[in-house]
Amino acid sequence: MRVIVDLEKCCGAGQCVLLAPKVFDQRDDGIVILLDEHPPEALHKAVREAACVCPGAAIKLEEQA
Amino acid sequence: MTIPASVLVVGASVGGLAVVEALRREGYTGALTLLGAERHPPYDRPPLSKKVLSGAWEPDRTRLRQDAALAQLAATMILGEQAVHLDVLGRAVTTASGRRLTAEAIVIATGLEPRRLPGQEPWAGVHVLRTLDDAVALRADLLAGSQVVVVGDGVLGAEAAATARGMGRAVTLVGPQSTLLASQLGPQIGGYLAELHQRQGVQLRLGVAVEALVGDGERVRGVRLADGELLPAEVVVVAIGSRPATDWLTDSGLRLADGVVCDSRCRAAEGIYAVGDVARWHHEGLGTALRLENRSNAVEQGAAVAANIVGKDRPYAPVPFFWTDQYEVKIQVHGWAPADAQVAIVEGSPEAGQFAALYGSGGKVVGVLGWNMVKQTRSLRQHVVERTDWSLVKSLRAS
Ligand SMILES: Cc1cc2nc3c(=O)[nH]c(=O)nc-3n(C[C@H](O)[C@H](O)[C@H](O)COP(=O)(O)OP(=O)(O)OC[C@H]3O[C@@H](n4cnc5c(N)ncnc54)[C@H](O)[C@@H]3O)c2cc1C
Ligand code: SF4
Repeated sequence: MRVIVDLEKCCGAGQCVLLAPKVFDQRDDGIVILLDEHPPEALHKAVREAACVCPGAAIKLEEQA
Repeated sequence: MTIPASVLVVGASVGGLAVVEALRREGYTGALTLLGAERHPPYDRPPLSKKVLSGAWEPDRTRLRQDAALAQLAATMILGEQAVHLDVLGRAVTTASGRRLTAEAIVIATGLEPRRLPGQEPWAGVHVLRTLDDAVALRADLLAGSQVVVVGDGVLGAEAAATARGMGRAVTLVGPQSTLLASQLGPQIGGYLAELHQRQGVQLRLGVAVEALVGDGERVRGVRLADGELLPAEVVVVAIGSRPATDWLTDSGLRLADGVVCDSRCRAAEGIYAVGDVARWHHEGLGTALRLENRSNAVEQGAAVAANIVGKDRPYAPVPFFWTDQYEVKIQVHGWAPADAQVAIVEGSPEAGQFAALYGSGGKVVGVLGWNMVKQTRSLRQHVVERTDWSLVKSLRAS
């Protein structure tokens, strides 16, 4: 799985960090920091949920990558 | 319980889409239909009053998913068609064009309709702001006119005022409350927000009702207040709240009480669920019925509804999350911020333009609000989850 974040769409909600703190962090202004572009299998479920709940629709996943 | 072979979702916005996506995430392989009254594919509303209105984003950027991602859901999308009737026992929805759609489970995701002023005339220059088309029309008028009156002292009114001001317009905001967002954030923080708007040059007329719009039969010319004052206006934004879009359900037999009344599983009747702004459900953690109007709720409730459709029997009891952007200020609220709560600033300060505040009610922490303090706010959220004793708040600092 490959995770892609769109910094311009991110509204700094931090829902992604609450769900998958090993994959996402936030800068001081709230904008997302991608910690792991290719998260391990065990985290895929949490990352998928983060992509869906992200209020900025800022997280995209390439499942095949 | 058997898993329904087909699911019909009525309302193709963020809540409805969340149900469809979460069902597929749950591994659901049955037939899915998404029916929506708007002709647009699902799009996001929060940018409408911010980046779309200001022109920073083209309207198309609000699309929630690109075509490829929607196609992957293998759902039938019926757009530009309104549901007009629900047959609860027959599990069928009739649309305005007379089509009858049936499914073993039906999800109501029809959101809200903006309230209008009593006797509001359909004059040019008068706007509500709920849909993408509303935002595009309002932006066109804001580009053409220079004097703007915003009627409404809630989140939407404040955001519209901030954006119009950012476009260099002369803006007056009118509302009945003592301060901006008083009922949403309480008088103290609402007061800081009012000061922010005044510093940015917005004229505030608070604590006064609007009597009527004034116009020449074609265009709006101003707004008359209950105290007699006449505010001239070329553009008027009416942002006085919304009501659940349940007109199509009045003869369904479902219980409607400021929303579709649901149990703790977001179920309105056997095989019928509701999600998002339209749903009033029983929050087990609070022990009361609740309806939320925010973006995160629509998505999280969508996941809960999907889980319940596939038989997981999961109560929906979230810590709400809501944000608003006005000028350079990002306000975020986890939990509740009741107007009569105690408020304690535990990080930063209003003077510094950055702070985090805890809200206390019944001796417990019930909410945290961040004002340009994203990370600290997120870590303070834990106190809302744990309902930390209010007596401990003095010793609190976000770690
Ligand atoms: C301008 C604006 C700014 C906002 N900003 C924020 C913000 O900053 N932060 C935040 O947390 N929240 C914000 N919100 C709130 C957030 O957008 C809503 O909570 C969210 O859109 C709710 O999603 P929903 O799917 O429940 O309802 P909606 O998004 O209202 O969607 C309901 C859909 O159902 C359709 N529909 C209605 N009746 C029928 C029918 N009879 N048949 C078929 N379809 C029907 C409607 O056309 C609509 O497309 C904002 C809302 C607006 C309008
Ligand atoms: S959840 Fe989405 S909007 Fe929020 S910080 Fe993460 S990427 Fe940004």
